[in-house]
Amino acid sequence: MELTGAEIAIRCLQEEGVEYLFGYPGGAVLHIYDALFQQEQVKHILVRHEQAAIHAADGYARCSDQVGVALVTSGPGITNAVTGIATAYMDSIPMVVISGQVPSYAIGEDAFQEVDAVGITRPCVKHNFLIKDVKDIAPTIKKAFYLAKSGRPGPVLVDIPKDISNQKTEFSYPKTVSIRAYHPVGKGDSAQIKLAAKLLLEAKRPMIYAGGGVVLSGASAQLTDLVHLLGYPCTNTLMGLGGFPATDKQSVGMPGMHGTYEANMAMQHCDVLIAVGARFDDRVVGNVEHFAQVPRKIIHLDIDPSSIAKRVKVDVPIVGELKPVLDELLAVLRASKRKPDATDLAAWWKQIKEWHDKGGGLRYKNSTEIIKPQYVIETLYKITHGDAFVTSDVGQHQMWAAQYYKFDQPRRWINSGGLGTMGFGLPAAMGVQLKHPDAAVACVTGEGSIQMNIQELSTCKQFHLPIKVLSLNNRYLGMVRQWQQFFHGDRYSESYMDALPNFVKLAEAYGHVGMRIEKPSDVEPALKEAFARKKELVFMDFQTDPKENVFPMVPGGKGLSEVVLSEDL
Amino acid sequence: MRHIISVLIENEAGALSRVAGLFSARNYNIESLTVAPTEDATLSRMTIVTRGSDAVIEQITKQLNKLIDVAAVMDLSEGEHLERELMLVKVRAEGAARDELKRMADIFRGRILDVSANTYTIELTGTRAKLDSFLQSIARDLILETVRTGASGIGRGERILKL
Repeated sequence: MELTGAEIAIRCLQEEGVEYLFGYPGGAVLHIYDALFQQEQVKHILVRHEQAAIHAADGYARCSDQVGVALVTSGPGITNAVTGIATAYMDSIPMVVISGQVPSYAIGEDAFQEVDAVGITRPCVKHNFLIKDVKDIAPTIKKAFYLAKSGRPGPVLVDIPKDISNQKTEFSYPKTVSIRAYHPVGKGDSAQIKLAAKLLLEAKRPMIYAGGGVVLSGASAQLTDLVHLLGYPCTNTLMGLGGFPATDKQSVGMPGMHGTYEANMAMQHCDVLIAVGARFDDRVVGNVEHFAQVPRKIIHLDIDPSSIAKRVKVDVPIVGELKPVLDELLAVLRASKRKPDATDLAAWWKQIKEWHDKGGGLRYKNSTEIIKPQYVIETLYKITHGDAFVTSDVGQHQMWAAQYYKFDQPRRWINSGGLGTMGFGLPAAMGVQLKHPDAAVACVTGEGSIQMNIQELSTCKQFHLPIKVLSLNNRYLGMVRQWQQFFHGDRYSESYMDALPNFVKLAEAYGHVGMRIEKPSDVEPALKEAFARKKELVFMDFQTDPKENVFPMVPGGKGLSEVVLSEDL
Repeated sequence: MRHIISVLIENEAGALSRVAGLFSARNYNIESLTVAPTEDATLSRMTIVTRGSDAVIEQITKQLNKLIDVAAVMDLSEGEHLERELMLVKVRAEGAARDELKRMADIFRGRILDVSANTYTIELTGTRAKLDSFLQSIARDLILETVRTGASGIGRGERILKL
C-alpha cells in the first residue's frame, strides 16, 4: 500500500520503537503532525519552545540507552532547536531530529520560514540529511537511527520538505543498514591492550581517569571490575559521574576545575594514567603544558580516534568500544602472573590520603543563619537515599550538585557538560521523568538558568510530570560573579539578577506547588514534603548565601596543582 | 609543514561543505582544495593542501575520517607521490615581449592556448614551485590574469587510494 511521506516518517519511528516524540508543530510539518494524530503508538510531548524539545529528548536518551527523538518545523523551529542539538553533540548523545522544510520547489527562494537547516546544523550534528525524494525517507531515517547510536553517538538531523511529506510511495522499512564510508570500531587492538596491561601492572603511582564514554557505552560494570581488580584510585569526570560508584573507597572524587585536591594531585603526579572514555578537555586537565611537566605514561581508551592525542600526547592509544576493550584488558590482567606491587601501591594511597587530609575532599562552612547551597544538595542526597535522577542547569549549582550528590549508578546525573547550556535542566528532567515515571527526579537549578526555559512548567503540567525543582537562588549569576570576584576586581558586571519574579506564585500560576525556603532549619522539612508529594511538581525557591563560591578551584589556564582550596587560603 | 591530503568522499550534495566547514570550524589552514568525481561517479576525489604541525595534521586526517561521507584519507606527503597543478595565464604580448613570452612558455613546457593581437593565454602544468617560478620569470605588469587549480596529487607506484 502506498503511504505519504509523513505517514512513512511516523511508521519509521514506530518501527524504531520510539515511545516519545518531543516537538512543536508548524507549517512545514503539518502533514507529519496529521499522520501523528492518526496513530497512538508514538506519544507526542508538546513542549513550549523547540529548544526544550531537544533537551527533553536528550534527557530521555541520557537516562536510558535509547535514542531521543524530536520533531520541529522549518525556520525558527530549527533555529530554536540548534542550541539543543549542539548540547547533545558536545556530550555525544544519541538523538534523531526530524525537521520540516519549505516545499522542495521553494528552497532557495527565501520562502516563509525557510532556513538552510542542513547548513545551519552541520557543525553540531554527527550527520544530517535533506530528503529530496519520498522514496528516501524510510532508508534515511533507518540510517539516522543507526548513525545516532553506533560508534561515538551523536545527534542526526533529517530535514523533510513539506511537499515530499505529502507525496506517496510504497513503504517498507529496511531491515539492515550499511553506509559505505562509515565503519564504527568494535574490539580494540590486542597487542595494544597487552601493552596497556603491562604498563598498568608496572605502575608505581597509577591513576584511573574515567569519563562520559563509560556511561554512554554502558561499561560501568567493566570499569568497576577494573578499579577493584587493580586496587587503584579512580576519578570520574563531570560527564562520567556514576560510571564508578562515588561512595566506593577507591573513588577520589571528580577531577578538574572544581575537582577534589586529591584527584587533581593524583592526575598530575601519577606515573601511569589510564583514560577510559575521557577526552582530556580544558576543564579537566587545565593547562596542558603544566600537565606535561610531570612525565607519565598515558593509556587512552576511546571509541573516537580523533579524541586521542588531541590535547595531550598518548603512549598507548586503544581505539574501540569500551566494553569489549575493558573485557579484554580485564582478561589479560587476570591471566597475568604479575600483580600490582603492594608496597608501591600502599605508599601511593598514603600520599593520596595526605593530599585528602591537607585540603582535599569537599569542605564548606555550614551556617544556622543562611542557607548554604552545598547543604541543600547534601540534604537532597540524604532524603533521596542517593537514588534520585538529578538534572542540572549550568553554573555554581551544577558544580555543587556534581560535588555533593554521590552518584553510585550511571545515567543518574544529567547535565550539559560540554556546551554548558543554561536552560537544560528542566526540559531534560521532563525526558527523564517520562522515561522513569515513578522515580524521584530532581532538577537542581538557579534563578538564572531556570528562567531560560521556565515556560516548560506548562508542559510539566500538561503531562503530569512531578519533577522536583530545587532552585538555589543566590540573586546572582553565581559562576559569573565568582569569576568577577577572583579575576575582574570585584566588578560585578551584569551578574546580578534584579527584578526576580515571585517563584512561588509563578509555580502556582502554572498549577504547581511553590515553596520559598529561607532558613537552614527549613531545608530538610521542605525537601521531605516536596518528595512526599509524589504526583505534583514542586518548585523550591531556596534563598541561598549570595557570596558562596565553588571550591576547590583550578583557575582557567592554570595547572592541576595550582588549585585554590578555599577563600581562607 | 606543507602536507597534501587526498580524500575519497561520497559524491553527494553538501559533501564539499562538510570538508570546508570542518577546516574553518577547527581553525585548520587550507592552501588549496580541488575536487572532482572519479571513474566511479558515486565518489569524488579531493586533494587538500594544508600546513600544520604533525599534531595538527594528525587531527586533520582523523577529523576528515570522522565525516560520515568520507570513505578514505591518505596523507600523500608521508610517502612518494606526484603533485601537479594546472595554471592558465593571460599575458600582454606586444612588441618585443611577444617573442620573449613565447620563449618563456617553451622553456617551462607551457602551451599557448589562445592568441589574440595583443595577448597570449598560456597553459602550464607542474608543481606549485614550477608555476610560481614561471610567474616570477615574467614581468609582473605583463600578467593580465592567472587562474590555478590548486594541486592534485597521487601516490607513486603501488601507493593507491581506492575503495
